[in-house]
Amino acid sequence: MIALLLRDLKLAFRAGGGFGLGLAFFLIVTVLVPFSVGPQAALLSTIAPGILWLGALLACLLSLDRLLALDWEDGSLDLLATAPLPLEAVVTIKALAHWLTTGLPLVLAAPVLGVLLNLPAPGFLWLVLSLLVGTPAMSVIGTFGAALTVGLKRGGLLLSLLVLPLYIPTLIFGAEVARRGATGIETQTPLLMLAGITAATIALLPFASAAVLRINLR
Amino acid sequence: MIPDLGKYADTVLSAYAASIVLLIALVLFSVIRGRKVRAEMEKLEQRMSRHG
Amino acid sequence: MSIAAKANALWKYANPRKFLATSERVLPFFWLTSASCLVAGLVWGFFFTPDDYKQGSTVKIIYLHVPAALMAINCWLMMLATSLVWLVRRHHVSALAARAAAPVGIVMTLIALATGAIWGQPMWGTWWAWDPRLTSFLILFLFYLGYVALWEAIEDPDTAADLTSVLCLVGSVFAILSRYAVNFWNQGLHQGASVMRAGAVTGTDTEEKVSNIYFYPLLLCIVGFVLLFIALVLYRTGTEIRARRIKALLTRERVNG
Repeated sequence: MIALLLRDLKLAFRAGGGFGLGLAFFLIVTVLVPFSVGPQAALLSTIAPGILWLGALLACLLSLDRLLALDWEDGSLDLLATAPLPLEAVVTIKALAHWLTTGLPLVLAAPVLGVLLNLPAPGFLWLVLSLLVGTPAMSVIGTFGAALTVGLKRGGLLLSLLVLPLYIPTLIFGAEVARRGATGIETQTPLLMLAGITAATIALLPFASAAVLRINLR
Repeated sequence: MIPDLGKYADTVLSAYAASIVLLIALVLFSVIRGRKVRAEMEKLEQRMSRHG
Repeated sequence: MSIAAKANALWKYANPRKFLATSERVLPFFWLTSASCLVAGLVWGFFFTPDDYKQGSTVKIIYLHVPAALMAINCWLMMLATSLVWLVRRHHVSALAARAAAPVGIVMTLIALATGAIWGQPMWGTWWAWDPRLTSFLILFLFYLGYVALWEAIEDPDTAADLTSVLCLVGSVFAILSRYAVNFWNQGLHQGASVMRAGAVTGTDTEEKVSNIYFYPLLLCIVGFVLLFIALVLYRTGTEIRARRIKALLTRERVNG
């Protein structure tokens, strides 16, 4: 299991794996926002939590189509399916690798980008916390989407169409935590909801992903 | 003929028009595709039976 | 006939040939009754119901808005049920019925959204508000789009049926989650589900009830929409079955040379 995780991480860091691309995308989206809505500090600080959440979500989405595609193309997915390791564990590790290479860097970069958007001081902690809790769900849901579309030639666009609606609950609660945190309102309820969604998706969705992958490997 | 709809006439009529157009379009498209597929299948079945 | 035998008898309609023959027989009935219910209900509602004291004549939109909204949700539920049947019992008709129903659901959602927007303009002063109910319908619309897009994208019919069924299951869970999330995120303008509330039906509820004058034509319209939905799904499922048969015949032809 650990060997598989290490292999995935190594693949991601190597050129073509797409590591860093998500981060760069996150940076660019954030930089573009003031150009599109204007440089007023008050406006930026109001929308900063939402923009940062949306940027992180899109950056997550960007790297999803590479999640299983490389293994699909070189046939190692077939090997993994016949390996003694259950496919549920394989997809969980894939999701974990995706989170470590995409989600976690986004969480760490978010405060820096928060400075650019004039995020209010109390908001930083909540932004990081909400992203830390929310991004694993995005990786797990994304793995499901990647498993659904893995066999398709033009899967990238379809993948976004399928995954984005599934991201809605996570986005609503996550951005709500960041927004409330920035304005100093209590954040416990949405944070608990967000944690609940993340926990439930991690516990249940790998079964669906594995089932879908088995169908695609048939 | 048309009852007095007061100042909301445009609202009510456009809602009815939009819905009815959508419903008719749905039925029409279903039937057109259905007929086409059915004709295609019958043609194919005939050809298959002739060739055995 | 015992209950088990009856249940067994139901399954024989899962045979495509049997399904086609039966649906052919019952379809005229459904087309006719749905058309007459719709015409009667809409004419009754449009010409022979009084204006609401608060909403004026816009209240007449209810005869389209509410049935379409109901069918938009029921259509997804039907797709969920048929997807489950396909996953458990592997009846092709079931999977194809889900596929046939999805575009009908899309149109129903569109009608609900469009009539809602047109109605909202004079009542709330805006075409669109990010109200929980409106937002939920928009999200439902996105789920329909994804579902149909996945069907269209996959070449192999059995794989497509399997994948879309799983998507439908997972999507249902997330759609319900989104409903709660959206409720939490914004309390809205839209009134509660006034039609189906017990008080509204019996007329004991004084506030925001749909009174009997509006209720009977509305009921007729709802019945009409349900029958129309059944007719459309039966018909479209037949089309899907034939399209599948064409594909199978062509494959066989190619194999035999």
